[in-house]
Amino acid sequence: MITPKLILLVTALLPLFGAIVAGLFGKRVGRAGAHTVTIAGVLGSFLLSCYALYQLATGGWGVFNENLYTWFEVGNLSAHVGFLVDRLTAVMMVVVTSVSLLVHVYTIGYMRDDPGYQRFFSYISLFTFSMLMLVMSNNFMQLFFGWEAVGLVSYLLIGFWFKRPSAIFANMKAFLVNRVGDFGFLLGIAAVLFWFGSLDYATVFRSADATLAGKTLEIFAGHPWQAATVIGVLLFIGAMGKSAQVPLHVWLPDSMEGPTPISALIHAATMVTAGIFMVARMSPLYELSETALSFVMIIGATTALFTGLIGIVQNDIKRVVAYSTLSQLGYMTVALGVSAYSAAIFHLMTHAFFKALLFLGAGSVIIAMHHEQDMRHMGGLKKYMPITFITGWIGTLALTGFPGFSGFFSKDAIIEAVHESHRFGSGYAYFCVLTGVFVTALYSFRLIYLTYHGKERFVVEHAPQAHAAHHDAHADKHGHDDHAYAGHGKNEHAHDDHGHHAPGHLEHAPHESPWVVTLPLILLAIPSVIIGWLTIGPMLFGDFFAGAIVVKEGGPLAELAHHWHGPWAMLLHGLMAPPFWLALAGFAVATYVYMFNQSIADRAAKMFAPLYRLLQNKYGIDDLYFAVFARGGLKLGRGLWRGGDVAVIDDGLVNGSAALVGRIAASVRRVQSGFLYHYAFAMILGLIVLLGGLWMAAR
Amino acid sequence: MFANWPLLSLLIWLPILGAIPVLLAGDKRPDTARLLALIVAVLTFAVSLCMLPGFDSSSAAMQLQENHSWIETLNVRYHLGVDGISVALVLLTTFTSVLVIILGWGSIDERVSQYMAAMLVLEGLMVGVFCAMDALLFYVFFEGMLIPMFILIGIWGGARRVYATLKFFIYTFFGSIFMLIGLIYLYFKTGSFELATLAQVGLSGKEQAWLFFAFLIAFAVKVPMWPVHTWLPDAHVEAPTGGSVVLAAIMLKIGGYGFIRFSLPIVPDASMEYAWVVIAMSLVAVVYVGYVALVQEDMKKLIAYSSIAHMGFVTLGIFVSLSLARGGNATGAAIGIQGAMVQMISHGFISGAMFSCVGVLYDRLHTRMIRDYGGVVNTMPRFATLFVLFAMANCGLPGTSGFVGEFWVILAAFQSNPLVGALAAFTLIIGAAYTLWLVKRVIFGEVANDKVAGLSDMNARETFVLVTFAIAVLLFGLWPQPLGNLMDAPIAELVKHIVISKGA
Repeated sequence: MITPKLILLVTALLPLFGAIVAGLFGKRVGRAGAHTVTIAGVLGSFLLSCYALYQLATGGWGVFNENLYTWFEVGNLSAHVGFLVDRLTAVMMVVVTSVSLLVHVYTIGYMRDDPGYQRFFSYISLFTFSMLMLVMSNNFMQLFFGWEAVGLVSYLLIGFWFKRPSAIFANMKAFLVNRVGDFGFLLGIAAVLFWFGSLDYATVFRSADATLAGKTLEIFAGHPWQAATVIGVLLFIGAMGKSAQVPLHVWLPDSMEGPTPISALIHAATMVTAGIFMVARMSPLYELSETALSFVMIIGATTALFTGLIGIVQNDIKRVVAYSTLSQLGYMTVALGVSAYSAAIFHLMTHAFFKALLFLGAGSVIIAMHHEQDMRHMGGLKKYMPITFITGWIGTLALTGFPGFSGFFSKDAIIEAVHESHRFGSGYAYFCVLTGVFVTALYSFRLIYLTYHGKERFVVEHAPQAHAAHHDAHADKHGHDDHAYAGHGKNEHAHDDHGHHAPGHLEHAPHESPWVVTLPLILLAIPSVIIGWLTIGPMLFGDFFAGAIVVKEGGPLAELAHHWHGPWAMLLHGLMAPPFWLALAGFAVATYVYMFNQSIADRAAKMFAPLYRLLQNKYGIDDLYFAVFARGGLKLGRGLWRGGDVAVIDDGLVNGSAALVGRIAASVRRVQSGFLYHYAFAMILGLIVLLGGLWMAAR
Repeated sequence: MFANWPLLSLLIWLPILGAIPVLLAGDKRPDTARLLALIVAVLTFAVSLCMLPGFDSSSAAMQLQENHSWIETLNVRYHLGVDGISVALVLLTTFTSVLVIILGWGSIDERVSQYMAAMLVLEGLMVGVFCAMDALLFYVFFEGMLIPMFILIGIWGGARRVYATLKFFIYTFFGSIFMLIGLIYLYFKTGSFELATLAQVGLSGKEQAWLFFAFLIAFAVKVPMWPVHTWLPDAHVEAPTGGSVVLAAIMLKIGGYGFIRFSLPIVPDASMEYAWVVIAMSLVAVVYVGYVALVQEDMKKLIAYSSIAHMGFVTLGIFVSLSLARGGNATGAAIGIQGAMVQMISHGFISGAMFSCVGVLYDRLHTRMIRDYGGVVNTMPRFATLFVLFAMANCGLPGTSGFVGEFWVILAAFQSNPLVGALAAFTLIIGAAYTLWLVKRVIFGEVANDKVAGLSDMNARETFVLVTFAIAVLLFGLWPQPLGNLMDAPIAELVKHIVISKGA
């Protein structure tokens, strides 16, 4: 009997099966075995996800909500493992499995020479399973399971090259920063249980309005908080960790220490969007609190603009894309904050494709450059690698919102929705997202020009045997380069692999990557262009997500739908709206500076040196955290240990009372002197006291 | 079929009497001693499994009871019995003991027969603690346990073993004296040491307060709770690996068990009144001890402090349940106690596994200092995989057993007071910090030195022990329901009991 339940179960478990085979039996199945079994698993999962989406979209299936097994029962609370699959879930499933599938294929090429080949496939399949469990969950417990499981795999993959100090620093940082978010998230779940007495989505959402109405929580006396606000803010803190929102964004740029395929899959397309998905899923709760939504919006807007600015001054190709990801996640979060949940999911989807494309393209460049990631040593690559070049342009146009490309629709929808919103903080948010458009175009085209256009800034050494001698000869000459490196701090340069060469020196000319790398690029470029056009109608203006996403009367998207109805109207409007002109301005500036007059960039950096430094230092946030939380935590720990445990408790109380007993014993011991006359004297004294006492009593 | 067997006596006396032939094997024939000890431990584990088929988990009643007169004049009875809570802890004991015997197989070379015999005696006494239904019998087992552990640390321990073992002994002995006085008081009041009788006797508020603190001192030392915890790191550091495993995995649980069997049922009103004391101490354990763990340089000390922090969740879960139960939130209270119990079982696996891991490393390099390691994954990849798994369980990652207890306790604590919940949830951050930093420094990175370069991966024996722990950790993480089911009825009964006041 093939039931929806069986289909969904298989969808989730296929990647897990692949992960187990590749992970535990990696040696036995070999490299080819490992990638075959994991790719087959994810392919199956992808096809079944498409089938599920098709069934749900056409009405073949109703919303699927069933428990699989009972995880824990206590009192009248029971926690289950189960699936809730509606259209929102199905869209996420297709996004996750499709990007994952392409990344699996890409990995064959990218990790070809890596000794941890099987392990890598095992991890990315395990990730796919975890992410599916997260999006398919029908309750808060399992949501948290998936939430932490993707965090674990992210930890393992950022530290995949575990010999590298920067990698194992970055993965710990990522895990801990995420844990700060999870701290809020878990308390949010506790708050849900507190008010609803249940962890099931269906129960909670059904009664959200009635249960939370009028409920408050007084954490500090005299300051009651609305229940919905407490839940909303706490859960969102979790999203701030996972989706890297300011001020918990610091882990994402460092996560670039991981191999590029996972930067694309985990740290761009899927895992980091879990927070966005979660808030959209919780829309019935968020709609009850204006305060929580304002908070979401302001955080998102801040992230969208200020992390984008950092992207302008980065020289590492992956880091530019990473900051771009932060900024785009900010856009999605802003959309959530103005109740345009569908717009957030829509942008999540288009972003998944074009950002995965940009990352995989960057990876292709990195392979060609023999693991050089510094754009100052690139340039002119377009003639060596045409496919990467063209798909890179496509991805960039999608990202910057070129009219007609997928990113145009999704980003414009968000900006317009913010424009329509009257929520507290929406003015600030509108400023941020508009300015962000200019910034996005600036750093995106800067990347394109520095990488693919202009002069070649690398040296090709044709005689590899003379390599060692060469190395020494050039060491002096390139001294200033090394100096420049040191200036950017230790973690600045996420070199993808062991670079044996002096910066900018290649053993042989760069060339286009193999088909397993370029095919995923092409397959990602297609949706990057067309997916927005195809799906905006139902997803944004229609009622595709009806039932899954709840918006109160008069949400901004309803307003937009009223104006535009479909992509054509939006396209025409887009050509006249400010975002388009801002993007064009960004493009023009980037073109002028990085194509024709690069000295302007250097002069600008000198002229606005303090600003430049501020951006270089990432606003000092990383350093501040390191000083306060890492060093401060250690100092506190040492103080508590030496001061509390050792000094007061052990030396003071424990050994102190032992010493006191010792002293008392010593003085008492003196009484036992061994001299007979002492004893005789004591006896007589005692006798006198006793008799005296008796006599007194008898009187 | 086992219903009429004296299963519990068998569980207690099989290992204790089994220690005799092990001892007789003598130090000349260490392999015979090892084999005999293993046979005894496995048999005991098998007998403990025999409890399950006839066990009615839907009942809160004490089952498999054995009741004989022991000291007629004082009305002390040899009265044994188990409910779901006890069964879970007895199984943990017999299960862990088998692994400990296997673990000691290769790492103990001196006086093997005596080591194995001490371990078996210890096992029997610990089972006795979890089965005793007579308070004085409980006390005898409770104190008796100290002797084999004293010997284990004192003979097979490290350089400062004498200091550590004396500290351990005096600390715990000091604590339990107060309990004895309390029990004697109750005896004069009721003429009985029966726990069931004591749970029913009416006590004034003042009496309850005195008794509460008497019990608190005894069990707080055992758990151990801040600020009477400083014996544990020293004991762990000096104890041989097997001793550490037993100490962390089983002996600490006796403190938590004591709160559930003595404090809550016998003095519910005082427990309610002074719950805040215990809650505050528990939170200090989670936060303060978490920070202390962060800066430890000795792996065993770090894990010992981590144990204290994790045991903080046990006491927290138990004592937040009082205000919840009396506030009418029976489910919330049950969540708290269930969380505490699951945390105890899970901590048994995880801390046992973590100490075993340190033992594996110690057997090779004879150092426990973190700075002597680094890049172990390069030479011991299979070991590293398991170590990371246990580290994640120690961080309370969902899917491992470490998550279940912490999750429930945090949820229950939030219901009693959101701030308490928030402080407890702080473990998410600090627990991950000290554990992952340990992993980073020991497991990851380039090979740190020649000694690490020369490491060989786990042998079959070590693999067996760690994989068995790993299976337990994952099984109860993904499907804790059997465990919850086992303990649900007695916990529901306990919640009902603590709601009722014992009078002024």
